[in-house]
Amino acid sequence: MSAELVRVEGLSKRFDLSPSWLSRMVSGSPAQVLRAVDEVSFSIPRGTTLALVGESGCGKSTIARLLVGLQTPSAGRVLFDGADVHQTLRERRAPAQRLRQRVQMIFQDPYASLDPRWTVADIVAEPLLEQGLASPGAEAQGRVAELLAAVGLAGADGARFPHQFSGGQRQRISIARALATAPDFLVCDEPTSALDVSVQAQVLNLMRDLQRARGLTYLFISHNLAVVRYVSDSVGVLYLGRLVEWAPRARLFKQPRHPYTRMLLDAIPKLNDPGRSRNPVQGEVPNPLAPPSGCAFHPRCPHAKERCRQERPQLLDKDGARVACHAVEEGRLP
Amino acid sequence: MSLLEVKDLVVEFSGRQGQVRALDGISFCIEHGEILGVVGESGAGKSLTGAAIIGLLDAPGRITSGEITLEGERIDRLPESQLRRIRGKRIGAIFQDPIAALDPLYRIGEQLIETIRTHLPLSREEARTRAIALLEETGIAAAEQRIDHYPHQFSGGMRQRVVIALALAAEPQLVIADEPTTALDVSIQAQIIGLLKRICRERKAAVMLITHDMGVIAETCDRVAVLYAGRIIEIGPVGEVIHRPAHPYTAGLMASIPDLDADLERLAQIDGAMPRLDAIPSGCAFHPRCSKAQERCRHERPTLGSVGKTRAACWFPNNTAAT
Repeated sequence: MSAELVRVEGLSKRFDLSPSWLSRMVSGSPAQVLRAVDEVSFSIPRGTTLALVGESGCGKSTIARLLVGLQTPSAGRVLFDGADVHQTLRERRAPAQRLRQRVQMIFQDPYASLDPRWTVADIVAEPLLEQGLASPGAEAQGRVAELLAAVGLAGADGARFPHQFSGGQRQRISIARALATAPDFLVCDEPTSALDVSVQAQVLNLMRDLQRARGLTYLFISHNLAVVRYVSDSVGVLYLGRLVEWAPRARLFKQPRHPYTRMLLDAIPKLNDPGRSRNPVQGEVPNPLAPPSGCAFHPRCPHAKERCRQERPQLLDKDGARVACHAVEEGRLP
Repeated sequence: MSLLEVKDLVVEFSGRQGQVRALDGISFCIEHGEILGVVGESGAGKSLTGAAIIGLLDAPGRITSGEITLEGERIDRLPESQLRRIRGKRIGAIFQDPIAALDPLYRIGEQLIETIRTHLPLSREEARTRAIALLEETGIAAAEQRIDHYPHQFSGGMRQRVVIALALAAEPQLVIADEPTTALDVSIQAQIIGLLKRICRERKAAVMLITHDMGVIAETCDRVAVLYAGRIIEIGPVGEVIHRPAHPYTAGLMASIPDLDADLERLAQIDGAMPRLDAIPSGCAFHPRCSKAQERCRHERPTLGSVGKTRAACWFPNNTAAT
């Protein structure tokens, strides 16, 4: 058994947003392709958490959907325990079913991801019955009760409907459902972003306990760096579909290297120095349909030079981290 | 005299199941030029407080008792026509979603000019000049061209700048900003908060900043009020409330925020959730979730009282030695 559970190699996803063939012919409007994910590579060791952070349009949710097979890549591949995920899902029935059991996903909005007409017990039991992991009746009921207990809900909650629960409890239900097939790997797309802070703390603590008890591997997607610091073992920073920095957690927060990572860390209001005034980086995330040339961050970067406008930086190793920045490579930045 | 004074404000909703009390005896004031933060979790009543002040409570919600005064003048019982003259002119508003605050069918210039001319005796030309100056001040580049663009031609952050320009168009004394940065990316949030703070300070406008983000409060506000289940449970200077919270709920809330500057072994958590409005516990509304709760908390409702430099509604506040 290798230490690496998930490996992503040169993963790209392009969406064709062109107008229809006819209107292109009539009005002469050009074809438009959105590069939502652009040659992203990383790996996740078994039992650890990789966090992906970035602002809207950086491709983090698309990566999550690619990893669980809800989207197919335009290029590159995702290896799960050494096997190509998309090839397995396409071709092989029995291994595909086993894969679906081992990889599960938790979504951001616990109000949208649970069917309002199903009882909680039915919601949690569905994957068990669908995958043939329990027979209907007493066996399934017993498993549901165990799962609800594992996420801190009472067995009697199974008879209730989603609308009778608060946001935090609903997210517990989503987690119970995701755990039903005894997965190894959970892809969590902003699982606490819709929750209040005190409830967020409950859910994050629960996820950490479950990881320790069951040896789970997480891909944790978030825009909140403070949450990322709490949950992650390693962190990838995305900007306009590309990985601009990857580092073990301690290193990233101690010594962020990419100017974008530094900017993100500096942009977060801190509790500890009230009245602090900052120089927020100017500008906004550019239109992903027309990304800037060279390094996509160069229009907002205080360290940009001519080379940054022309040449796209590669992700290079730097003291145990990986950074895609000419300034770092040239030694202009530490 | 305070700029705004809210006294024993009660807002109730009547429905099929009877009356539900959403705000229960809220009292606070805002001084001229002061930035007051209002913080709380969903359902605490922070947005309702803002809506009640500017007279935008949606039916069936209504103010059933209490009073709101602006420079000593009652504004909670005004007819709509008079209220409209206060709204925009003396109290500006900024909401969470800049796309909903702007009319998609009109150029932003027309919206600004209309707002300015409704409240100030200016000609169209003068109003346009003023609108361009406002847009420049809120950091919109090439304002002279941008003024003739439609809202959809602006990015989210730029739209919120337009909304700020709109809220400040008639030089209000008070700006109510309800989650002004929640829909924006982190790097844009910092820009918008910086802008709001600077522009209001320059005009000596007071701000009531409603948010769930304690970091934003810490950086921006002078004082902060913490809401729980429709009541203010603590109010005081920002530094005191954040670093020496007197109420166990405030303390729990602060401890449950993940720290950007430290590796934590475990987050403190407050078990349970905010009660539903139709099932507010007796006595102190926080008692079922409070680790310090005693018999008295279950029966008797605490009122705001001084604890050190802040005021908290708790029978057994933290650092009682300081009282």
